Amino acid sequence: MRKHLAIDRIRCDGRGMCAELLPELISLDDWGYPIIASDRVPDHLSAQAEKAVRSCPVLALALRSVRP
Amino acid sequence: MSRLRLLSGPDPAAGSEALNVHVQRFGPLPAVGPGLFDAIERSGLTGRGGAAFPVAKKWRAVSAAGGGGALIVNGAEGEPQSFKDRTLMSSRPHLVLDGALLAARAVRASSVVMYIGEEHRAAQVTMARAVAERTEHELRHARLVLAPARYVAGESSAAVKLLNAGIASPTTRPPSPHEGDGGRLPTLVQNVETLAQVALIARYGADWFRSAGRRGAAGTILVTVAGAVTSPGVLEVEAGISVREVLELAGGATQQLRAVLLGGYFGSWVDASSAWDLPLDASMLRERGLTLGCGVVGFLPVTGCGVCETARIMEYLASESSAQCGPCFFGLRALATTSGWIAQGIADPSDLARLERWSREVRGRGACHHPDGAVGLLQSALTAFATEYQSHPAHLGSQVA
Repeated sequence: MRKHLAIDRIRCDGRGMCAELLPELISLDDWGYPIIASDRVPDHLSAQAEKAVRSCPVLALALRSVRP
Repeated sequence: MSRLRLLSGPDPAAGSEALNVHVQRFGPLPAVGPGLFDAIERSGLTGRGGAAFPVAKKWRAVSAAGGGGALIVNGAEGEPQSFKDRTLMSSRPHLVLDGALLAARAVRASSVVMYIGEEHRAAQVTMARAVAERTEHELRHARLVLAPARYVAGESSAAVKLLNAGIASPTTRPPSPHEGDGGRLPTLVQNVETLAQVALIARYGADWFRSAGRRGAAGTILVTVAGAVTSPGVLEVEAGISVREVLELAGGATQQLRAVLLGGYFGSWVDASSAWDLPLDASMLRERGLTLGCGVVGFLPVTGCGVCETARIMEYLASESSAQCGPCFFGLRALATTSGWIAQGIADPSDLARLERWSREVRGRGACHHPDGAVGLLQSALTAFATEYQSHPAHLGSQVA
């Protein structure tokens, strides 16, 4: 199973925690909202991605398992 | 006026077709069986609200999820330049109701909701009167719900949210309305033209439906022709006909043309020189990176200004954001403001670069496709009017496309 990042755009409030914790995959636009460079999470970033998901104050970030 | 199937018969401008005339012309409505799904599938019919989603696939998904939710007959028609849905509702209400009845029975909908734009008064009156003429149980209990006059109100998840929570704002997908999710019933949201096409397919079959259409496209489509043409308005044309043919059907151009806006405000500007042979068909246009949208074809004359037109449309689309998703709310506002500066001739070169970067960044970052539609339009303008964007004098407020 591959892990993919998913953002609930309605929930997302632009707090920016995800970009702090996972800069390899997430940056912020000019208004502070996340831009996902690649939604597929490589294995070596898996723990970091899970931490980012847990840290989102509005629970807008999720990891989804996708069949390869 | 070109009127082939949906608009054949009495002049649509003469008003609503009464039930007895409708039945006389089309005969009784056939019973719904499993064959209806197959016929719709073989016809290749796709949704006519703008997204061109395959109709049989959506109906099957609703059925597979157990059915039992509402059927929303979508006549919101929030696209400012589109008139085809209200024209159809005002002139052929019983074709729409036939399609609604077939859909409601096919997916076992618990109720039928007529969802009509609050500003489309004639369509509301006509549809309400037509419902009163019908004796079928499903239609006798149909409700009329007014869609707020907002661009996003016709988006299917927004329609469902209005029914459930009183506010017409899109919701996060998945699940789409046609997918059941946990305790929630699947809702079929289908555009009025699509339903009217189903009413004909159920009677005459898929082969008949496919007997119209050019270059491999199937059926007929309703289009709204706007801008610098002799006879702007709604036409029914064979799917796959070219932009040039549509222009001829609308009586030709009143001036030399600069560009064509294909697909409405979520569509694309195409330079006039490369527009003429484009086919009016959802899948053929998609292959070319374009969209049929809800069928608006706008003709911009050389005396108009694509930069100013685009600034005006971006301003509108920014103000029509449902303000739920940051990239859409802030991004479209910034794009509209900067587009306006360029139109007013008060921008500096970095503004154009920013416009290009923001257009790329905003795409795909909303719960619905509102931001995607808006930046798609802007990006097409940056290509079609590249010269004008580089050196635009101040003349904001030029006229229409």
